[in-house]
Amino acid sequence: MIVLSLVCAAVTGRMEQLSQAAAEGADKAVRLLISMTGSMCLWCGLMNTADKSGATRLLSRLSAPALTRLMPALKNNRAAMNAVSANLTANFLGLGNAATPLGIMAMKELQKTNTLRDAPDSSMIIFVVLNTASIQLIPSTIAALRQAAGSSSPYSILPCVWLSSALALL
Amino acid sequence: MYAVPVIIGIIVIFGAAKRVPVFDCFTEGAKEGLKSVLSIAPSLIGLIFAVTMLDASGFFELLADALSPLCVSAGVPPQVVPLAVIRPVTGSGSFAVLSGIIDKYGADSLIGKTASVISGSTETTFYAITVYYGAVGIKKTRYTVPAALTADMIGMLTAVWSCAAFG
Repeated sequence: MIVLSLVCAAVTGRMEQLSQAAAEGADKAVRLLISMTGSMCLWCGLMNTADKSGATRLLSRLSAPALTRLMPALKNNRAAMNAVSANLTANFLGLGNAATPLGIMAMKELQKTNTLRDAPDSSMIIFVVLNTASIQLIPSTIAALRQAAGSSSPYSILPCVWLSSALALL
Repeated sequence: MYAVPVIIGIIVIFGAAKRVPVFDCFTEGAKEGLKSVLSIAPSLIGLIFAVTMLDASGFFELLADALSPLCVSAGVPPQVVPLAVIRPVTGSGSFAVLSGIIDKYGADSLIGKTASVISGSTETTFYAITVYYGAVGIKKTRYTVPAALTADMIGMLTAVWSCAAFG
């Protein structure tokens, strides 16, 4: 990627901006990490509370029928199932801040049963793709930018349906 | 905007009702969260650094130019192609592109609507992949990237077509 950006900058004559970006890039990453730390701690803490009280077990029982179809390996992995269903619920409600920490927890649980170690197994891939497709009922950030939230929400469901068929192909 | 407080409330009340030591559980989990942040930091810094450089180099503009004939033949308005290209890579960058489009063409124009739906129905794919795999130390991604980009593309085309049909 870095080589590619050097070539492009040479072509477009943007070397000056590029050197500035090099200085800013790492800085930007650290700022993002710091702002992420707060919500990470908050949601991991709440999640742990919900785990202990049995709230996540309830949630995962509700979503189990759909989830085991997408990720059959989850059937024998209670902890991962809990975290995955919590993450997808957060995504579904458009709680981006909550979804990331919950997703990282889910990945850690999935990694425990992963036999490939440094490569993801298929349920991990499906999980990540589900997250990148961002299934949302209420795209709140976008709605804030424009008032036409009502018109855009029905369509966000469609990618989800399409996604399943795309995955079936693979 | 009730979702967040309501969910937090439910979790705390449910915990208290089940006689779980809520605050102890919370701090224990928060400690785990802190560890996770540290474990993803190196890979995230590397990726964001590379993406920022790529963004500044004008690579995405070149890519958008190259792709636009193909996109136009699929019915994508040429004005939203830059957004579609940049969306999987940077969240803040694509948000800036989106506000630019809305300012220029209006939120309720077809182009503005299409752009909003694209932004709402896709994610910063590369960022999510780095964060999730970085957190558990996975280096090979197998078919994750093609699968995720296929899903993005399908999401975007669906956005374009549904806006054209109902917009």
